[in-house]
Amino acid sequence: MEWEVVIGLETHTQLQTKTKIFSGASTAFGAEPNTQADVVSTALPGVLPVLNREAVNCAIKFGLAINAEIAPRSVFARKNYFYPDLPKGYQISQYELPIVGKGKLTIQVGDKEKIINITRAHLEEDAGKSSHDLKSGGAVEGMSGIDLNRAGTPLLEIVTEPDMRSAAEAVAYAKKLHELVQWIDICDGNMQEGSFRCDVNVSVRPKGSEKLGTRREIKNLNSFKFMTQAIEYETRWQIETLEDGGKIQQATVLFNPDTGETKSMRSKEEANDYRYFPDPDLLPLEVTEADKARVQATMPELPEAMKARFEAEYGLSRYDAALMTQSTAHAKYFEQTAKISNQPKLAANFLSGEIAALLNADNIDISNCPIPPENLAAVIGLVANQKISNKTAKDILPNLWKVVSGNFILSTYEGMLLHLTQMGAVQINDASAIEAIIDGVLAANQAMAEEFKAGKEKAFNALVGQAMKASKGKANPAQVNEILKKKLSS
Amino acid sequence: MALNITDIKRIAHLARIEINEAEAQATLIKLSGILGLIEQMQAVNTTGITPMSHSQDVVQRLRDDVITEINQRELLQSNAPAVADGLYLVPKVIE
Repeated sequence: MEWEVVIGLETHTQLQTKTKIFSGASTAFGAEPNTQADVVSTALPGVLPVLNREAVNCAIKFGLAINAEIAPRSVFARKNYFYPDLPKGYQISQYELPIVGKGKLTIQVGDKEKIINITRAHLEEDAGKSSHDLKSGGAVEGMSGIDLNRAGTPLLEIVTEPDMRSAAEAVAYAKKLHELVQWIDICDGNMQEGSFRCDVNVSVRPKGSEKLGTRREIKNLNSFKFMTQAIEYETRWQIETLEDGGKIQQATVLFNPDTGETKSMRSKEEANDYRYFPDPDLLPLEVTEADKARVQATMPELPEAMKARFEAEYGLSRYDAALMTQSTAHAKYFEQTAKISNQPKLAANFLSGEIAALLNADNIDISNCPIPPENLAAVIGLVANQKISNKTAKDILPNLWKVVSGNFILSTYEGMLLHLTQMGAVQINDASAIEAIIDGVLAANQAMAEEFKAGKEKAFNALVGQAMKASKGKANPAQVNEILKKKLSS
Repeated sequence: MALNITDIKRIAHLARIEINEAEAQATLIKLSGILGLIEQMQAVNTTGITPMSHSQDVVQRLRDDVITEINQRELLQSNAPAVADGLYLVPKVIE
């Protein structure tokens, strides 16, 4: 039987606020345990939550970015469960009336586009952190340690419809979302620190069936690589279980990166009985048209709009436009380089080719690229004016990588030309100089010239090669071809 | 909706409240009384009335995103039965 996998995602994005969602304690990462756990985070009796305006603005921003309806009135609810890192005994979340309603995100898998429907996005607080591997001995034996610094950190939980049909689609969605929340500056996207974590619901069904299979939820995936592995393993496991005549039990599973397997957590007998009810400590949250307009005014141009503009304004292909808008930093770098050099296509080529490779090799983000846009634009200008060849430009970039930083002279076209002339990298376009080189090559390779004249076409390429070598790669190849042809036919 | 003794025990367990048989019986009567009251209220015609999520018809006030809390770990942890290296200690929660 042919099977189809059905995937939906729930993503917790940590919002970039200075303070917690319901109190004025800092949310800075990496502080000493419990130094940012105030009376609200530790749930002392009698304290009351007061909602952070910035967290609300972040949610509105996200809603606007995915074209969703933003609820004029949303309600906070208590999700009740017991765990030591949740001192109140409930998490404040939103249940029946979330702040962000239905929206859409377009993903690209291969050359196909697909719309993923977002069901909702709601505001909630994070829990604290438990550590179970405390050093043994003394009072700590058999104990877990609780750090409540993270408790109360604002989260936006973004939930999709079960719209994805492969691990590739799920990862494309997660990456797209990851890019978007950073683009609109509501989340730092740091997956290692847990700022962006995904729960993935996976089920399988016979292809063509309309009915959804029983799903299992893979919790807390914090890397795209693990997400792919986990979904592929889980899909295989479910299909094999069903084909062996077994049944899938709804469960929460964890992915083990060491074994590459998913494994069911101890099934909670009272699972999913959270007894939600509206939190009497919080009043309904109102978002007015004026609030939305105020947030709208702070929105950057969104990636989709910018992509379309890059195609129209700079004549980039859809593919290049997508590459140039993979992050705000990329887009900014590209636009500056394109504007200064007036060579958008070359700028896109260098950015997605050599520069990307160099950044990758040194593991640097483009926002910290050692070659600033002005310098790359100068190099590109020289290529466009045939002062240097494309190949030379690529060869000298690793060198510029080291010397260019802070070098004002190299940030202008003339400065770069001077520098490259001194380096001896500038292309030879002077016909008489090329002629002299070719004469030398022909004198030294008379046999080859004779072979060509006798009809052996390959000898021509060999001669071009010799001429390029003699010029240390700097002769203009088109001119070498042309002059050589003329000489051999005379 | 009629409650039975199993419901009461389950609710008590979810709330982590220990109750004995006699208390469960007494709670069954009390909780059933509350549900009866709700049933009675549900008979009221509320057509056209927007449901409220709070007893007061006002909206949430927001706070500016400014740090107002200082580190009071020592003071707050003086309440805790066990602490080590700045962490609150609890009986181990995973097996």
